[in-house]
Amino acid sequence: MTTTTPVMAPVPGEIDTRGRVHRRAARAKNRLTSPAASAIAIVIAILWTVPTLGLLVTSFRPELDIRRSGWWTWFTDPQITLDNYNQVLYGGQTNFAELFVNSLVITLPAVIIPITLALLAAYAFAWIKFRGRNILFVAVFSLQVVPIQVTLIPLLSLFVDVGIEGSFWTVWLAHSIFALPLAIFLLHNFMKDIPASLVEAARMDGAGHVKIFFQVLLPLLTPAIAAFGVFQFLWVWNDLLVALTFAGGAPDVVPLTVRLAEMVGSRGADWFLLSAGAFIAMIVPLIVFLALQRYFVRGLLAGSVKG
Amino acid sequence: MEWFLETESAGHKFALMGFAILLFTVVMGAILLAADRPRRVPNWVVVAAFLGPTALLLLVGLVYPALETVRASFYNRDGSEFVGFGNYATVFTNDGFQTVLRNTALWVLVVPIVTTGLGLVYAYLVDRTRFEALAKALIFLPMAISMVAASVIWRFVYEFRPDQPGVNQIGLLNQLLVTVGIDPQQFLLDAPQNSLYLIVVMIWIQAGFAMTVLSAAIKAIPDDIIEAARLDGVSGFQMFRYVTVPSIRPALVVVLTTIAIVTLKVFDIVRTMTGGNFNTSVVANEFYVQSFRQFNFGLGAALAVLLFVLVIPIIAYNVRQLRLSEEIR
Repeated sequence: MTTTTPVMAPVPGEIDTRGRVHRRAARAKNRLTSPAASAIAIVIAILWTVPTLGLLVTSFRPELDIRRSGWWTWFTDPQITLDNYNQVLYGGQTNFAELFVNSLVITLPAVIIPITLALLAAYAFAWIKFRGRNILFVAVFSLQVVPIQVTLIPLLSLFVDVGIEGSFWTVWLAHSIFALPLAIFLLHNFMKDIPASLVEAARMDGAGHVKIFFQVLLPLLTPAIAAFGVFQFLWVWNDLLVALTFAGGAPDVVPLTVRLAEMVGSRGADWFLLSAGAFIAMIVPLIVFLALQRYFVRGLLAGSVKG
Repeated sequence: MEWFLETESAGHKFALMGFAILLFTVVMGAILLAADRPRRVPNWVVVAAFLGPTALLLLVGLVYPALETVRASFYNRDGSEFVGFGNYATVFTNDGFQTVLRNTALWVLVVPIVTTGLGLVYAYLVDRTRFEALAKALIFLPMAISMVAASVIWRFVYEFRPDQPGVNQIGLLNQLLVTVGIDPQQFLLDAPQNSLYLIVVMIWIQAGFAMTVLSAAIKAIPDDIIEAARLDGVSGFQMFRYVTVPSIRPALVVVLTTIAIVTLKVFDIVRTMTGGNFNTSVVANEFYVQSFRQFNFGLGAALAVLLFVLVIPIIAYNVRQLRLSEEIR
């Protein structure tokens, strides 16, 4: 992903959607009445869809057809084959099936670890009183500003010193570290919104911080966790720079993005491979995104995106 | 030891992944269990248990490397000799880097403005229409995919075939040109306009973000403001210009600055589309080239620090605007 850096402003979000349904209906008629407005919207929608459609159609066309004619001719002469996918997945030189496994193995721990750590840290910042809490929180908060480029080379030499270079550990650690400042900030925002009386009541009953964290807060935070989880999942799966730096030279670790980018350089004219390869790289994030779009949007509106 | 570092089969990789998650769970569980004695354990132990692992990771993985990079930026290519501001001087005076800086400036100016504009217009146009959900999803989807995949999609749009009898264009854009009787173009080769064709990809990706945030802001405008304006006879474009836009100004600032920061660090698109060749390189790509291709660590570090320094005024502006809008409230 695509994306994006800490934003510090909370953006007005999805507030009171229910109360205004009828008013919304009353207003609906006033919009998009002018044909010009509709035309502009439709043109934008087409511009945003057709490039992807073209590559999708191409990925199912026979190799020779792809070389000889544009994808739009497919609609008059529809030929479908799965050969491209077969070759890019299992072909000796591309072997996307293995890369798919790598992407998956990289992504899951790189989502679970930072979320867990950030939840604990956010809890400490929100609900444990200790000296220097505010200063420490501001420090962590401002770390969001640090571009990852600044950290890559020293971190890489650290990994070499420890002797774990070119293994999954480096990628897991790097992604976890880079995710923490934003994750703590986001989850802290959500955590602060939980009524203090709930926490106080549990404390009266003699519950310690660990118990309060797991039994009172965690169940209430599921939407926030989902929001950041989708975010981090897309970020890690789609990342190029971190993977290139830490796993670029390790064929057993490289994820899909790195090899796809490499293929553009080495086999830039082999569209039968590139098109199918691109869709193999896209399918998981698309599914995750479509299934959990609600949470993703909430994460965006909670005031952040990262980079 | 080897089992943990070298993984060849898929089964082995999944086993290692399971092990890593398990290890993490066990370690964190042990730390928390030790801290879960409400009255007997002093407060600082509890704080250390909750914050310690994070603090350690951030210090070792973020703070130390950042400081180390700042230091390296004052040394020569292999760190053996102090060169003062030599690397920065190179960045600002060398001809090749002038192009890089110019391109970066172009990206940071064009992408946020066009993306925000498009996102705003689209959000306003589809707001409260019957097709709103679908219309938004279409623009939103590019956000889910990687910049690498997006670059592949657009390289295909820009694909060029020589203009000869018997040769068909397979790139959509060149086909359109040929259809209206213009010679096909090498979109990615000819500077300086090739940078603009790369910028299109970034706009295509980021528009969904702008649209989503601005759409939420538009929906949050109180109904009485709209009603009052309507009673005053405001409608159509005037409503957009004098009611909608001023009402969502804070959101506009957030979107503009956020996209500016992402754009400043854009790397994947440039690397995948042109590899930074044909005068399309930007600072983040040049950082990669200098650090990992030329092995000029001093210069690479200076470029990374430059990115860092350029982000700061954008964020400062953002924070200032935020303060202002909070004062008004």
